[in-house]
Amino acid sequence: MKKDHSLPQDRPIGPSLIIEVAVRIMIPFIQLFGLYVIAHGHYSPGGGFQGGVVLGASFILMAIAFDLKTSLRFFSLRANAVMASSGVFIYSGTGVLCALMGGLFLDYSALDAIIPLGPVEWRSMGVFVVELGVGLAVTSIMASLFWDLSSGGDMDKGL
Amino acid sequence: MEAILSEIIAKYNYWIYVVLMMVGFYAMIGKNNLVKKLLGMNIFQTAIILMFISSGVKKGGLIPVLDKQAALEHGVNSALINNPVPHVLMLTAIVVSVSVTGVALALMQRIYRRYGTLEENEILEKIDR
Amino acid sequence: MSATNLHMYALATPLIGAFAVMVVGRFSRRAVAPMVLGILSFSFAAALAVFLQVLSGGGFRYVVGNWLAPYGIELSVDHLGSLMQLLVSGVALTASVSAVKSVAKDLEERQHLFFTLYLILIAGLHGLVLTADAFNVYVLLEIASITAYGLIALGRGRAVVSSFNYVIMGSTGACFYLLGIGYLYILTGTLNMADLARIIPTLESGAALATAFAFCIVGLWIKMAFFPLHVWLPNAYSDMPDGAAVLVAPLMTKVTIYLMIRFMFSIFSPAYEFIQHAGVQQIVVGVAALGIVCASAMAIAQKNLRRMLTYLIIAEVGYMVGGVWLANAQGMTGAILHIVNDALMTLCLFLAVSAIAYHEGALDFDRLRGLFRRMPVTMAALVVAALSMIGVPPTCGFFSKWYLLLGGIEAGQWLYVGALIFSSLVNAVLFFRVIEIAYFRTPDEVAHGSGHEALQVREAPAAMLQPLVLAAAALIGVGLATGPLVQHVIRFAVPVGF
Repeated sequence: MKKDHSLPQDRPIGPSLIIEVAVRIMIPFIQLFGLYVIAHGHYSPGGGFQGGVVLGASFILMAIAFDLKTSLRFFSLRANAVMASSGVFIYSGTGVLCALMGGLFLDYSALDAIIPLGPVEWRSMGVFVVELGVGLAVTSIMASLFWDLSSGGDMDKGL
Repeated sequence: MEAILSEIIAKYNYWIYVVLMMVGFYAMIGKNNLVKKLLGMNIFQTAIILMFISSGVKKGGLIPVLDKQAALEHGVNSALINNPVPHVLMLTAIVVSVSVTGVALALMQRIYRRYGTLEENEILEKIDR
Repeated sequence: MSATNLHMYALATPLIGAFAVMVVGRFSRRAVAPMVLGILSFSFAAALAVFLQVLSGGGFRYVVGNWLAPYGIELSVDHLGSLMQLLVSGVALTASVSAVKSVAKDLEERQHLFFTLYLILIAGLHGLVLTADAFNVYVLLEIASITAYGLIALGRGRAVVSSFNYVIMGSTGACFYLLGIGYLYILTGTLNMADLARIIPTLESGAALATAFAFCIVGLWIKMAFFPLHVWLPNAYSDMPDGAAVLVAPLMTKVTIYLMIRFMFSIFSPAYEFIQHAGVQQIVVGVAALGIVCASAMAIAQKNLRRMLTYLIIAEVGYMVGGVWLANAQGMTGAILHIVNDALMTLCLFLAVSAIAYHEGALDFDRLRGLFRRMPVTMAALVVAALSMIGVPPTCGFFSKWYLLLGGIEAGQWLYVGALIFSSLVNAVLFFRVIEIAYFRTPDEVAHGSGHEALQVREAPAAMLQPLVLAAAALIGVGLATGPLVQHVIRFAVPVGF
């Protein structure tokens, strides 16, 4: 993947001011939208996977528009691993916590014993907690998939 | 002949997806390049996803997003609303498809690095040597 | 800890543990092995408790998240399901004792990543044997398969190409299954297995239902490597790292056969015309018999012990699929008993192969000369497993073959009976050839008078011998306990109407 036999006029375009400025303005809004989609999964169209993909896409956009190193600077590999694992822990942990509290696996109304909101409200909130976990995991996986595949595993130079 | 033609026109969406599925299936089996095989697999899975979703559409159906107040007051007439269950199932299928594509792409990178080519016949020659 | 959730703890612990291993393994490599063994021991204890509970109290249904069926996902823990869960967790625990040792040698730097995939695979298998929702089967099947693709790719040599072939074929199988489930959903409107079983007899569209059935069954056949859809298995299973092979080889195909049984008898009933149709039965059992013969013939042609065993796995799949499609009680009993027995036999064989490969490296027949002197315990266990594959009482292999033969005779499927007997003879030839090379031939170095240290006892480490001896003892133990096993467990698993 690293063989660069190209002629000078075929090499990729260097930094472009328009793209950089535009992307720099767009990325916070994309991330906000991704968080919105995650948070509304239990109430309207949306959810963990969808919002996670949008959030991950924001980091991929950063890697494409600027540089792989820039993307890694904002979302380091270590944070990536931690976020992926914590996403799964939140999701499975909620399920096991519900079971430990006396209900069935992923039966959110059993969490009423910890924070009293009412069993019906908890069934709605519980979905949100699980979606949050899924969203975190999917974000980090989308970003790390792109980094790994575009750099051939070395994480130094992307597309 | 008339009956067959009217059958095809009545269920044209399913026929389109079946054709798409077969295109993807042929690419998976018949093509030599690994990337084309992977794309064929993606087309095949996407066609199945589309077929599932199109099975839930109704003529003149409303979007399955309810207004909380109106639903609590007037109730919901499910016969008028498009079926949202296939959408949810296919979301999971899309996740599976993305995961398999990710794994396959990572495998192809390793294969390219090791054998220098992505054509299946050349890879098999290099292995046998 | 509520007793009704035990089977979920058996599933959730490997799942959470996988990511715990990934996080902890980055910091401390030595903590990975104790964590994995602890997690799998807890899972086995929970599965054992569930099995005992089902034996005494009968099966039960469990709704995840308290969303009632048929809208929510239901799990059904009955005799067959809890037996399979006990089998999965027991084999996983035994295999992992050996795997931690061989992976520490093969993949020093990436152990924690290997065990992450390993534990997720085990969690997926637990889910597959418990679930009672048709779409959930697809999701869990893909979880198990994707982690298997990753585990295969960690192997040596041409492992990446074998893994890519497995990716293409495995995804085809899963997509066929998904397509079949799609047809069933369009026809019935539900995905719950019990609900489908209730609605399907009332349907009248024979062609669409038959198409759904055919797609799902062919998809499962691709996943279980039923002849002639078996082409991916020899390469994939030979190139896996040893630590993964001892887990995947005994379990993946057997759990898929369990899924086929569930699909045929919990969704479609035994009275379904497609199953009862004599022509279809003849064809399927005939293809199974052909598969047994061809796989056995290809096994004879192999010069490498590991590849020979992978062809024997394909032959065993032929036994079980033929046994299920015989459509009588003896055949079903034989098939279910053979799932348990074959998992144990394959476990014992692959543990022995892993122990031999620890010091020897390659497993070509020339390298096996004089192995009886060097590794007596390993070869003794291999002999026990070989006797079980051939079908010698009192090892377990005899009893399941006996039931299958009785079922074949009763159904009048003489091709199948002939194939079973032929396969036993071929297994005898194969394994006696291996035993002869290992026992009677002397290694080249000794023959030339130079390397007497080639005859020193150089056994595999104790961590790899203990599970091997346990598996070999289990072969004899389960064989002797066949009567109670059939009487108390399998009799309830055979569908009513046979």
